[in-house]
Amino acid sequence: MRVLLGIGGGADGFRALASITERAAAGQFDLTVAIIDSPETDIELSTLEEEVRDRLADAGIEPDVRRLAGDPGGQLVTLADTEGFDAIAIGGGEYSPLGKVTLGPVAEFVVLNATVTVMLVR
Amino acid sequence: MTGIRRYPDEPTGGFATPPGFFSDAAGRDIKIGVYDTQSPRDGELEALVRMYTSFDPADRAQGIPPRTESAIRDWLDQILAAGSVHLIAWHEDRIVGHAALVSECGDEYELAIFVHQDYQQARIGSRLLDHLLGEAADRGIERVWLTVERWNEVAIRLYRKMGFETVGAESFELEMGIRLLADPG
Repeated sequence: MRVLLGIGGGADGFRALASITERAAAGQFDLTVAIIDSPETDIELSTLEEEVRDRLADAGIEPDVRRLAGDPGGQLVTLADTEGFDAIAIGGGEYSPLGKVTLGPVAEFVVLNATVTVMLVR
Repeated sequence: MTGIRRYPDEPTGGFATPPGFFSDAAGRDIKIGVYDTQSPRDGELEALVRMYTSFDPADRAQGIPPRTESAIRDWLDQILAAGSVHLIAWHEDRIVGHAALVSECGDEYELAIFVHQDYQQARIGSRLLDHLLGEAADRGIERVWLTVERWNEVAIRLYRKMGFETVGAESFELEMGIRLLADPG
């Protein structure tokens, strides 16, 4: 199963990365990681990419890592379609002060527009 | 939660303050009181846990209340933090409703209200909301926000009646806010 994980620097993205890399390391997924320019964080894409590569190395896997420029949701959906991925994985939302799960705009766009399976990872 | 909420310019006041005593729409005697997070009364936390362990999962909103007892205890431990505001609705020795205001940082408070299924549609929720906003104003809180499912017209109508306005509508849920006429002291 070919999985495209989109990560934009939010806490939920890093939780998704941890969970998905573990499963990729166990051979469950053929993983590709897309570094996306999330509107919700200010992190530099180069810094984010470095951090992601470090964590992948720690998990002992070397998946393809790509940087996607432009609208993050649109880019993820298009890449998944054009390259025949089986699923898109993204962070499953942040938690409000009262503990409510809130999906960000990228997750919401992907859920509504993807033509492949979407995994919201918690 | 990110982004800046635009609250109504005009503050709203005149809310009830706890404690409150009333008969609900089914004629049951309900008492509303403050839950003191720093020194809850004996058995109060356990009564609250009991309300949530028997809560209908179909009435959960955005993942809360959690489903299992251990997750409920963890969640309550987090939200019953110093500085948060909690009101409890009692019927005899049973907790039947809970209203909360929790702030992440700064002076914006998120609001949520839960009424047990056995006591819904009895106007307990609106009484809890009224008293919670009164207690918040007494504590000097000025900005309160909440999220509500778009299909939940009954709740949205109640929030509007109380003075809430839509402050964000880009996501699945409707985000509403109110500016309170804070009256500390």
